[in-house]
Amino acid sequence: MRQKTWLATLVLALGALAMAAPFLLMLGTSLMTYAQTIAYPPEWWPQPATLENFRKALTETPILRYFLNSLLVAGVTVVGQVVTGSMAGFAFARLRFKGRGALFFAVLATMMVPVYINLVPLFALVSMLGWVDTYQALILPGLAGPFGIFLFRQWFLNLPTELEDAARIDGCSPWDLYWRVALPTALPAIATLAIFEFLASWNTFLWPLVVTHSDAVRTLPVGLAAFRSSMSEVTDWGLLMAATAIAVLPAIAVFVLGQRYFVRGLLEGAVKD
Amino acid sequence: MSAPLRRAEARWAFWLLLPALAGIGIFTVLPTLGSFLLSFAQWDLLGAPKWVGLANYQDLAGDPLFYRVMLQTGVFVLLYVVFDVALALGLAIALNQKVRFQALYRTAYFMPVVTSMVAGAILWSWIFDPRTGLLNALLALFHLGPVRWLSDTHWALPSLVMVSVWKNLGYDMLLFLAGLQAVPAQQLEAASLDGANGVQRFRFVTLPMLGPTLVMVTMMATIRAFQTFDTVYLMTEGGPHRSTTIIGFWLFQNAFTYFKLGKASALAYILFAVLVALSGLQWWARRRLSHQEDA
Repeated sequence: MRQKTWLATLVLALGALAMAAPFLLMLGTSLMTYAQTIAYPPEWWPQPATLENFRKALTETPILRYFLNSLLVAGVTVVGQVVTGSMAGFAFARLRFKGRGALFFAVLATMMVPVYINLVPLFALVSMLGWVDTYQALILPGLAGPFGIFLFRQWFLNLPTELEDAARIDGCSPWDLYWRVALPTALPAIATLAIFEFLASWNTFLWPLVVTHSDAVRTLPVGLAAFRSSMSEVTDWGLLMAATAIAVLPAIAVFVLGQRYFVRGLLEGAVKD
Repeated sequence: MSAPLRRAEARWAFWLLLPALAGIGIFTVLPTLGSFLLSFAQWDLLGAPKWVGLANYQDLAGDPLFYRVMLQTGVFVLLYVVFDVALALGLAIALNQKVRFQALYRTAYFMPVVTSMVAGAILWSWIFDPRTGLLNALLALFHLGPVRWLSDTHWALPSLVMVSVWKNLGYDMLLFLAGLQAVPAQQLEAASLDGANGVQRFRFVTLPMLGPTLVMVTMMATIRAFQTFDTVYLMTEGGPHRSTTIIGFWLFQNAFTYFKLGKASALAYILFAVLVALSGLQWWARRRLSHQEDA
């Protein structure tokens, strides 16, 4: 038994090092001087360590603008997802109406649709509305989705009926039931969805790539890609790694802080059928 | 409950559902139908779409590049799924032993999952750098290389596979871990009392119980691999010599580089058909597995 644990530890430690290596390199290089980043043979440890690259990234490049755009888009998306998802999830879980099962199945079926199917018509729609390169093009398509509905339905199905019955006898309308009885119990579901959607929005690339082309509205992933190609002649790796770290660290912080909820959300997403 | 009350409840349901269903309807269902129609049309985004019947599909069927892209997509998916599932399962088994620092490992393996692929691509481009990258520095220790990872037609596709595995491994490992922890300890103990060794216990107790998880993870990895875009766009742009042009990237090029939106839509529906067929296969496999358990 002991032997096996040692083997498992070795495998895990080596694997973890391989997974974390890119991040360690990123941090190391972001703290280097330019001279150190172009040294040959390559150097791996910042000596002396400097925050100069971070200062430059935040003041002399559009990274801060991208960061604020990402924050705005992710923030509004999270609020929208929680509102639309909890309302619809409540209706599917606790209200009786004709065609409920079929409708819920149809909502789940949209999870199967690959992004590519919608990309072209969605872009056509957005250009027809004159929304190319605007915040609403980035935000509106992401305000509702099947995962949030599924998650909240699951949560509200488990509410004890006694609570609901008591409220109904008191003459509560379904809205009061949702707003005053059900939603206050759903904080863990809200946290799960909020973290999940924040990270999804923070990292999404393809759609923002298609609908934005100016620095004023670009989010971090697209902005970072544009920033990198803008230095295709000579790459200042220290500066690029500082910019990358600015994009990566908030996501990792959100994950570490909300790990408990996020992991559960992922597992539930996986067992959706 | 009385009829008026029931009607009132249905009316409330309507209003509660409206925002979510309107959003999904406008931004998912409508475009899905639009895409289907567009796949039978020629359109460059400027003029009006022109109905061409099956011409887009026929063009694809007669285009040697289409077959090459599909073949490369198949190779990419196969390589990715094999490495991803094998490594994720192996790591989950290791993590399921009573090792210390479980939480630390879980966090380390999960960091790439929450990192944007753009950041990941930048980090890996640097690791792949033939002259100053970490990977060739490691190979040099063993007097191997240097390999031109992203600019060698033989290595570019496997290099992208490596990045994709790095990105998603933590997620699939977690799914396997959840599956492993659902295997009842008594059954494993009973098997070892009957004299089964570790390999036999895994083969005859754990693996059958893990069957549904295995099917599900394999399926999700396959779907994910078929939809790969970011890494190709950011790291190789489909090259060198089109050796990494897989379906997602080619579709994007057709739509937004060549402005052949009809052809891109036809490609999207071919991809959709493949994914739907694979989901059907998964459903069938899971049913078979659960029947085996019953028997």
